Amino acid sequence: MRFLVSLVAVLVLMGAAYFGSASSGGQYLFGVIIPYAAIALFIAGVLYRVLGWAKSPVPFRISTTCGQQRSLPWIKNSTLDNPHGTLGVLGRMALEVLFFRSLFRNTKAQIHGRPAFRFVYGADKYLWLGALAFHWSFLLIFIRHYRFFAEPVPGAVLGLQSLDGIMQVWVPSVLITNVLIIGALVYLWGRRLVNPQVRYISLAADHFPLLLLLSVAGTGAYMRYFSKVDLIGIKQLAMGLVSFAPVVPDGLAPLFFTHLFLVCVLFAYFPVSKLMHMGGIFFSPTRNLANNNRAARHINPWNYPVKVHTYEEYEDEFRDVMKAADMPVEKE
Amino acid sequence: MAEKKLKPEELVQIELSPPAREWMDPSVNFRKGTWNYAAVPDTLDYLGLPNAGKWSPPDEEWPLPDNWQEIIHNGIKERLEKYRSFKVFMDICVRCGACADKCHFFIGSGDPKNMPVLRAELLRSIYRNDFTMAGKVLGKIAGGRKLSKQIIKEWFYYFFQCTECRRCSVFCPYGIDTAEITMIGRELLSLLGLGIEWVCTPLANCFRTGNHLGIQPHGFKDSLEFAVDELEEITGIRVNAPINKKGAEILFVAPSADYFASPHYYTLLGYLALFHELGLDYTWSSYASEGGNFGLFHSHEMIKRLNSKIYMEARRLGVKWIIGGECGHMWRVLNQYMDTMNGPADFLEVPVSPYTGTKFEHAASTKMIHISEFTADLIKHNKLNLDPRRNDHWVATYHDSCNPARSMGLLEEPRFIIKNVANNFHEMPENTIREQTFCCGSGAGLGTDENMEMRLRGGLPRANAVNYVKDKFGVNVLLCMCAIDKATLPPLLEYWVPGVEVAGVHELVGNALVMKGERPRTTDLRGEPMKGFGDAAGEEAQDV
Repeated sequence: MRFLVSLVAVLVLMGAAYFGSASSGGQYLFGVIIPYAAIALFIAGVLYRVLGWAKSPVPFRISTTCGQQRSLPWIKNSTLDNPHGTLGVLGRMALEVLFFRSLFRNTKAQIHGRPAFRFVYGADKYLWLGALAFHWSFLLIFIRHYRFFAEPVPGAVLGLQSLDGIMQVWVPSVLITNVLIIGALVYLWGRRLVNPQVRYISLAADHFPLLLLLSVAGTGAYMRYFSKVDLIGIKQLAMGLVSFAPVVPDGLAPLFFTHLFLVCVLFAYFPVSKLMHMGGIFFSPTRNLANNNRAARHINPWNYPVKVHTYEEYEDEFRDVMKAADMPVEKE
Repeated sequence: MAEKKLKPEELVQIELSPPAREWMDPSVNFRKGTWNYAAVPDTLDYLGLPNAGKWSPPDEEWPLPDNWQEIIHNGIKERLEKYRSFKVFMDICVRCGACADKCHFFIGSGDPKNMPVLRAELLRSIYRNDFTMAGKVLGKIAGGRKLSKQIIKEWFYYFFQCTECRRCSVFCPYGIDTAEITMIGRELLSLLGLGIEWVCTPLANCFRTGNHLGIQPHGFKDSLEFAVDELEEITGIRVNAPINKKGAEILFVAPSADYFASPHYYTLLGYLALFHELGLDYTWSSYASEGGNFGLFHSHEMIKRLNSKIYMEARRLGVKWIIGGECGHMWRVLNQYMDTMNGPADFLEVPVSPYTGTKFEHAASTKMIHISEFTADLIKHNKLNLDPRRNDHWVATYHDSCNPARSMGLLEEPRFIIKNVANNFHEMPENTIREQTFCCGSGAGLGTDENMEMRLRGGLPRANAVNYVKDKFGVNVLLCMCAIDKATLPPLLEYWVPGVEVAGVHELVGNALVMKGERPRTTDLRGEPMKGFGDAAGEEAQDV
């Protein structure tokens, strides 16, 4: 049901762009107005969300420690999993952001041999592998697209592209990232349908972005390998957009506008969705703080006085019994 | 559990695949054995907490204040503005499911709302509905739910089925910490007067008498004196246990269960023996006679109100620094909250061991160290005369308590001590120890008799790992450094793994410690015969 809603939404979006871009007015709408609007929404939205997080203070240093603390000099501190200082935190964050270290720990709980039961927690790296394949492919594809927005195309981008196509199959040669991203997305979506636990927790807001990304990658790949769209015209449009002098050349394929529109939807949807985890991870207090609470005091900006029970109040209530028990008191 | 005793083979019939019913349906079945009694109004009134009422969780109608919806809405709003953790954790979960089977309550019960992701969604769905654009426009499609009285009941059921152990947070790719969400969830419930007795009564006790058990100063003194007598019987040495002694160098704070419950008590004997043997200039305090802090299971404000006593007492007594005893959640508070809430402790000095000269720089600000840091340092410098053979009747394994493991990283100190005081030590499987340790299933105020079925379920993964080393190595004692563990693991093991005892690390230190002038020892601190130390004939008999 929740995946059906998402599937229908993505198909409707594709149809709208495919048929909507048929007229010249439609082409201007899908080629210029919507891209600008989407980018504006993306930038404003991301800023709004990130500033919103930044506005809330971090009252306590609550790092989740995943290794040995720094205490006695002869006990080895686990710098990356239980960082004591800034350098360790940077290392920990880099491992999280670039290699999804926490997800790498993933295990799968299984019950063996009922009724003489035994739990086994085997390593389960598939989610980690799928997530890593998707995110890295997406990043590289994103960078590769820079060739549409610059003339001459920077050597690094060209180098990346030829490295990506190193397999030399098909004409034009198949890019590894294309295969990986589609494979990873199919896996990530597939587990939301097949794994009973993950299906149970998945919302429409989980199916939709996966299907949207799949449609972006699918239309992109289709254009590259099968329909062979007018790359010169597309570059003309892209250069016009980035130089704020947009022109829509004639003869651009509806499939291209579909691809572009899906990307625009992705951009516009990004700030109001869970995709903001991209920014959020940098703000996660359990990961981005050192576990040095006992060495350096953390300040809570809204720390306020609370009602406490003072020693004087305590002694006032218990003075007689304390004296009777020969315990020292402040006031006789 | 009260009427029908569930058998282990029945309880273990767990279905980890979720049911057909969608999670957004908030209805809850308050089945006996899976919830805790409600807080009694007197305790809430004593603490000045709002909306105290008389009620019981299975009641159809709960006594909510008229403006309960407004209270919750404003409560969420306030906390979004005060805690970045809460705000970020509400926003960035992608429901990848990595946390799902990391929760001991989920593994032991199969109830899908015990998957950490769904526990958070219970609150997140309200957040979406009330505070996000997508939720306001799309409602249920965006995962939003409208607040209802039924949802309050659901929150109560599931936020008091989380022990705030943080295991899920280790595996979350964004570090989302369900403990943080449960803490906020419980705060919101407490705004409506909804708390549990086993949290709120200890709070009131601790506020008044200085400890959760409500032991008054003279009772505290009696307990310690009783322990001194007992230790004398075993060792022949009369130790000193100073209380409220001004000018001592060190204030020692332990969880109150150490001087009032068993098997904690033997750990207390271990402390007393150690401090005497060193000639440590220290004092106990009757006013700060609790290291634990049930405030952690109630609200941030209550943490601060209770924790304040430690520094206030250190100042009054004029000590130089502080040692803390074996306790789990106590050390989360001491490590992550105390200094921020009640510091700076600039009237104290950076702890320096009087025997080794080690300066505990890692506690340069709080001025408080863990007893295992203190003891490990002593052993490393050969300051203790230890005979590990005195623990040969034990085959030990070590249970990392959740908070010292995941909110501190106190992993090697206890292991170093154990290896030096005992000859037989075996680790449980690696995915069940250290930062991946499994909770006892009864922490965060859930260790009550009425909640026994949930406790047995939640503790099952831990018990199962103990069972593994029992079968493989003949382990007969589970060591730990947590007062709640010591209280709740014995019934858990008796149910799932009969024949394995529970003991504190400093109990084994006390066994192994050779004291100057002691009488020839034949029994350990429990009064049980030690292997190889009895007379020959008795020895034969024991070995059977």
